[in-house]
Formats: sequence, structure tokens, C-alpha cells
Amino acid sequence: MPTLAAVVGMGQTYHKSKRNDVSMAGLVRESADDALRDANLDWKDIDAVILGKAPDMFEGVMMPELYLSDALVANGKPIIRVHTAGSVGGATGIVAASYIQSGLFKRVLVATYEKQSESNAMWALSTTVPYAPLINAGAGGYFTPYMREYKRRHKAPDNIGRLVAVKDRLNALKNPKAHLQIEGINEEMVEKSPILWDPLTFLESCPSSDGACSLIISSEDSVDSNQTPAWILGTSVRSEPTMYVGRDVVNPIAGTECAKDVYHQAGILDPRKEIDCAEIYVPFSWYEPMWLENLLLADIGKGWMMSENGDTSLEGSFPVNMSGGVLSSNPIGASGLIRFGEAAQQVRQKAGDYQVSNANIALGHAFGGGAQFFAMWIVASKKP
Amino acid sequence: MRKVGIIGYEQTPMLRDAGAQNEVELIMSVVHKVLKNLSITQSDIDFTCSGSCDYLQGVSFAFVDGLNAISAVPPIKESHVEMDAAWALYESWLKIQSGQAEIALIYGFGKSSPGEIREILSLQLDPYYIAPLWPDSVSLAALQARLLLDQGIISEKEMAVVVQDSRSKAIDNTNSQLSGDFTIEELLQEPYFVSPLKKHDCSPITDGAAAMVIASEEKAKELYEYPAYITGIDHRIETGQIGARDLTKSPSVEISAAALKLASKNIQVAELHAPFSHQQLILTEALKLSDNVLINKSGGALAGNIVMTAGLDRIGSIFQQLKSNEVHCGLAHATSGPCLQQNMLVLLEDN
Amino acid sequence: MKEDTKIKGFEAPIYFKYSYTAGATTTLFLKKLLEGKIVGQRCPICKGVYVPPRGSCPRDGVATEEEVEVAHTGTVESFTINYIPIPDGDVDPPFVSANIVLDGADLSFMHLISGIPHDEVRIGMRVKALWKPKEDWEPSLTNILYFEPLDEPDRDIDDLLNKYKNA
Repeated sequence: MPTLAAVVGMGQTYHKSKRNDVSMAGLVRESADDALRDANLDWKDIDAVILGKAPDMFEGVMMPELYLSDALVANGKPIIRVHTAGSVGGATGIVAASYIQSGLFKRVLVATYEKQSESNAMWALSTTVPYAPLINAGAGGYFTPYMREYKRRHKAPDNIGRLVAVKDRLNALKNPKAHLQIEGINEEMVEKSPILWDPLTFLESCPSSDGACSLIISSEDSVDSNQTPAWILGTSVRSEPTMYVGRDVVNPIAGTECAKDVYHQAGILDPRKEIDCAEIYVPFSWYEPMWLENLLLADIGKGWMMSENGDTSLEGSFPVNMSGGVLSSNPIGASGLIRFGEAAQQVRQKAGDYQVSNANIALGHAFGGGAQFFAMWIVASKKP
Repeated sequence: MRKVGIIGYEQTPMLRDAGAQNEVELIMSVVHKVLKNLSITQSDIDFTCSGSCDYLQGVSFAFVDGLNAISAVPPIKESHVEMDAAWALYESWLKIQSGQAEIALIYGFGKSSPGEIREILSLQLDPYYIAPLWPDSVSLAALQARLLLDQGIISEKEMAVVVQDSRSKAIDNTNSQLSGDFTIEELLQEPYFVSPLKKHDCSPITDGAAAMVIASEEKAKELYEYPAYITGIDHRIETGQIGARDLTKSPSVEISAAALKLASKNIQVAELHAPFSHQQLILTEALKLSDNVLINKSGGALAGNIVMTAGLDRIGSIFQQLKSNEVHCGLAHATSGPCLQQNMLVLLEDN
Repeated sequence: MKEDTKIKGFEAPIYFKYSYTAGATTTLFLKKLLEGKIVGQRCPICKGVYVPPRGSCPRDGVATEEEVEVAHTGTVESFTINYIPIPDGDVDPPFVSANIVLDGADLSFMHLISGIPHDEVRIGMRVKALWKPKEDWEPSLTNILYFEPLDEPDRDIDDLLNKYKNA
């Protein structure tokens, strides 16, 4: 029943620590212009704008769609701003797809960004609220205990996280847009980097980046012959509460349910076999094996083996984060859409030096909050 | 376009200060009621979407706690907009249009009492040129009112009539915050608050929450006797540069009105989300509403303004008004941003 | 200023004051902490005890009302050694933060662990709360300074919460 939708354009900025040369409007506009060029379209072809961004308190701009309507040529058009937790870039892509899937719009622009250099994310995420019953140890303090528990539960070797960190940064060297370009990265370099939350070192964690990512999504009927579509076969979101009796934070049900839903929509019965590659939201190294299991791409307890034996490398049997992933670029509000967009680039054969050959079906994944919000989509080079 | 009906709406009393009740408690009360009214539970809901704003609470991701007010085990499909819940309704409506949901739960919430809402709203402005000057929401609205008065488009008396009407209609709204019978003379004699606005020309500071359920026509009929069908919904934005707009008019409303072919509809009732009295006059003009239309039976935003929910409340109020046998077609309006920058129109009919 | 100096940016600080409400259930929890007690709430449906209590069981979507006092001893479910300070925090890194399941509770909450070399902290170890002197108590979980080792054999963590998982 949904109208078939396709990604026909992708744009992103060069992700850097500081983009001192552009304002927030300039940053997001850069990615939108990029996407329009890629789609061979003009601003007048866009029916609606969907904006996604992490909390307003980061940059201190409340409801930025109001300020950005000029930069995104939205005046006189509908614009909406999606704000889910952590997975926001992915959820925004899904809301944008629903505009097209409703049958009521032809082409929409989805834009996401974060100007971390003009924000204080660390502070914004840990504001001391009086009477807060709990200690807030920041993102790393929250996630690292679960990585440690995963390691214990499945008796994974110590170095798995480091292997993932190296692999993603090696991929990033092939992606000119990626923030971290670490020549000569190897396991030893990762191990020797400062330790942040034991056992996670600095180089096993994501950077903080200024960046933006935009996509143009089109209805089937509006796809032109001068465009390269990535057909959206399925989209799914799932949320579960932060804390409840019986919750398994290491392998959250919401992630698995989200995966099952999107695989079902895409007609996929054996995801490991039928999906060619994946862009999975891995902000801390150990989350690669954890999410492989959570997304039913590896059996429980076996995810780390895929990371260990090179299955997830660019040349492996199931490449993950070919673009370098969140570990290489993390403009928080955009990171989810970058995953979705990079999955699309693979099936559009537009991933340049990090292209997986014969990538026909790709998975994009984003998560956030206390590993409780999930957003995923599956894109394909061919129509269903 | 699939016919989607509103089948439930509940609102907390609009209070100047909800006191020790926190946002989760406010949400729980209305969500539980709206589901109970329909004899359904969260597991019957296909999609949930909420609208709120972190800055009202001063905490990033403040809305995440809202999940504790509803049942999210097993995991649910849900989303959130950092906007008035009217836009959460729009996102949910799209999901039903695409066939990916048959029934959706929407909720909005906001406590304006804890923070300095006037100044907080300054952060909606251009962060480089305007926001650091801290033009607050009331002062900007006052600028707009000044333009209207100076150009002879409206009079202070007309503003007072809007207020008198709101206060008197709000008497019958058990959830209203401000109500009463006032004469025009009384209102005109009040001192200026931020000239040319008097305090009563501005919506009050309000705490509250509201929830709504919408469903596809088939599902709606299964669950409820009097669905109010959304026969048209459209939203548009104008530039954020205040100086580049004609603040005395509402071009975005005019675009939506044309898209919805309002001129050909027999609108009997309207709820206009006008946080300031003069804005109701702008909207009435832009919508070309005839004198027969009953405007803001609820008292409107001047009677109580749950920031981030007031737009949804307008839609909810029309839903309630459509339950009467005499009302068949109503128009709801929601706004966002300073001086009516962004607007949504929702046309509701009972068949 | 030199002629070729360009202003590339400026800081525009934002200061807001907020009145904060803990809400009915958190208020209950914090008041009990003032009495030196740790109190949770039991869900009438799954019977799980929430510490800290939330007024509702997100699992079953119902209000939780039954107050249950829990022990000051518990088991470490997971932990990390923080080398980065918590913004506005009192503790200097490195320090151990852990998810602890108190005896009588059915889920963990985060607190600090001290009184043991960091490399000896382990999942499953038994700990007990060390409270501040009574005269320093506030309505806050920081009345407990940290959790220190309890001389008891480690618990099997896989066993501990199995009755609720996948239920």
C-alpha cells in the first residue's frame, strides 16, 4: 500500500572538528546543495523539507527549522523537525520516506546536521538536575559497562574492540568526507591511546564532528532517467523504556524487533546471506559485534568472531561501516542519516573507493538513548 | 487520500502551575483516559508520536521520560517532534496515509511555569544576529500589534473584543485557566504590559498535557461513534527573518487555505491558535472567515496556552464540537514560531 | 586590534533559571533517603521491585504503589572505570561506576564503587552501601557515598535476573 520511494540524491559535508567557515545554516545548506546536484534537481523540485537534529540545547538554537527555513528554501512549503533520541538522523530519514510513501508528495529533502564546535554537547547531556535520583556518567560511562558484560557473557577476547576501531578507520582513509583520517592506524596505536572508560580507549570511541547530511527522496513516478535510485524496501522504528524489570541492555529487544520488521518488509528471510553490506551505528567499538547479534546477522555469542576474522572488513563476507562509520565521523544529529545515506550510496554504486562490489541490498541502522531507540531501513538497487 | 478520523481527545486542566506534578504524571493522566475511553490499550496502537520542547524543562532529551508514561514493552513504534503536538499529529496522519498504521496515539505536553518562557522563546530566532539581543516573545508580538494599529488595520477595541469573547466563552470550558465576564471598558482601562499589549492580550503561562487518538476510517468506525474526519490538512512556513515578513498578514495561512479549498467549505466552527489577541484578527482575516463562524468556543489560547500542545488542543476542541448534531464542519489552526511564522490548518468534518 | 584581524566567532552565553519538580514518586524515594532508607515500588502485575521507583512499571504500563524497603547490600551487574570526570561531579577520576542490583530489587541502578583496587572489581561481586554521616544527609542518592566490598561469595549474575528476562 505505501507508494514506493527511492533515494535519488545524497549530499554530505566534509566532516571536521570545526567548520569555522560556515554558520549552521551554511553547513546544512552545503549538504543540501550537494544532494540536489547529485539528484540533478533544483530547489523548486522539492515539495517539503524534513529536518532532523539532536537536542536544541547543544547549539542553543530552539526549534532550528524556524531559523533554517530560508537556508533550506522552505518558505511557503511544509517543514517539520524530527527529534528522537540518538537515532534522530535515521528516524528523520524514515519520516521523510513516509511523506513519499503517503502518496501525497513527489520529492522531499531530508536534512540533518550538528555544529558541535558551536555547541557544548558534553554539558548539554549531563546537566545537573536537582533531585535527580541517579548519577549521570555520560555516554561512555553508560555504555561501557554493557560492553564489558557482553565480553564476559560470550568470553570474547580483549582485542575485539580494537580490531573494529582499526577496521573502521582504515575504511575512513578511503572516504574523503570522513572526519578522522588516521594514517598508519593499527591495534597497537589504539591500545596505547588514552583510556577513557575501562576497557575503552580514546581511539575506540567516536569523534565529535561538525557535519551535515542531506538526502533527496522521490516517489517512483518522479524518478528521472538521469537519476540513480536506491529503492527503499522497508523502514522500521522501535522504542523501549530506558529501564524496566527484565530489560537486557546488552541485547535490547527493541533492536531485534526493529530488525525483524524491516527484514519482513523487504522480503528478507536470511539477512546475513541476503544483505550485501551494512552501515550500523557503532559509536563505541564493541557495539559492532553486539549489534551484529542484536540485528540477527550473527548468532548470539558469535558476533565478535565476525569482527575478529575480517568478515566485516571491506573485503570481507559481510562488510560493515564501509564509510568509516560513526567511529570516524560523528556529527550527532546527522550520523543516523549518514548511515542510511551511505547504505544507499552502496547500492547506487556511488561509494567510490569504499564501494562494495555487487552491493545490491544494503542495511542502514541507527540507535540512541539508552540503547533503546532504533531506526533502520533497507535499500536496493532494484525495485521490489 | 485515506480518510482519517479523530476518535479521542483528552486534556489536563490548564493550570498556571502544575505544582509537584511532573511532565510524566501529566502525560499519564491523559493517555490513560483517552485509551480507556475507547476500551483499548497501548498494544492496540500501531504508532505513537509526541510533541514537546526540551527547553521548557531545561534538559536535553526531556521527552524520553515521556515513554515511562505509556507502556513500551513490548517495544513500540514511536517518534517525536520538537514542535507543537499538532505536527506530531501530522507525522502520525502520514503514517496512516501510507498504510503503515491504522491507529495512532498522539500526545503533547509542556510546563511553562518552571522556566522563563518569554526569554526561552528568543532562542527560536537567528542565533547569530537576533537571538543574542534577546527579543522575547511578548515584545515581538507587541511589535506586530503596533504595526497593525499604526496601519489602521485593527483597533485596540477590536483586540479587547477578542479578549472579552475568549474570557466569556472559557467559562463553559472546565479546563480553562482564565475565564470571566468583562466589559470592553474594563479591558481598555488596564495598563499596558508591553505596549501596545496589555496583559490580557497575551496568553497566560500554562502547564498541561493532552492526548489524541486517530484512526483510518474503517478502524475509527469500529471503535467510536462520532469520528471527526480530517478532510484536509496542510502546513506552511514563512521566513524566520522578522524584518523580511509583512507581520500584518499571514501568507502561509493563505496558501494552506487555498490548498484546502476552504472557500468552498461550510465552516461552522473554528479554533484559532492565537497566543495574542491581535493574532486572532490576522488569522480571521487571512482565512476570510464569515461572521457566522463560531470562533474559539474553548476560549482559545488566551484562556490557557499549553506551549507545545496548544495547536493540538485547537484540533481537539473542534473534535469535541463536532460531537454536537448541529456542527458538521470545523477548522482548526496551529502555529509555531514568533508572530505566526509557521501555521497548520486542519479541516474536520463528521462524514 | 590589528587591521587584518577578523572576528571569526563570539560567545553568546545563555542563562536560564528553572524550578524543578521531582514528582510524587521521586519525592517519596528522596524523603526515605533522608531517613536512611532505600525504598522501591512493586509492580502489581509482574511483581518486580523498582529501585529507584518511578510511579509506573514501563513493562506493564500500570501505576506502581506498593512501597518496598530494600537492603543496603547488593550485587554488581556491570561496571566501568571512569578516567573522564563527570561534569559537575564530585569524584576525581579514575573512579568506578557500576550498575548495582540491591537485594530485594529487580533491576540495577548506577552508583559508585570504592574501597577496593580497581582491577579487583568484578561482575557478580557483593557490595554494601557506605552512607555519609547522618548530619550531612540530603534528599539525594548521594547520601550514599559509594558501595564498598561485602565479604560474601560472588553471585552468579546470569542466575540473578533470569526470572524476568524474556518473560
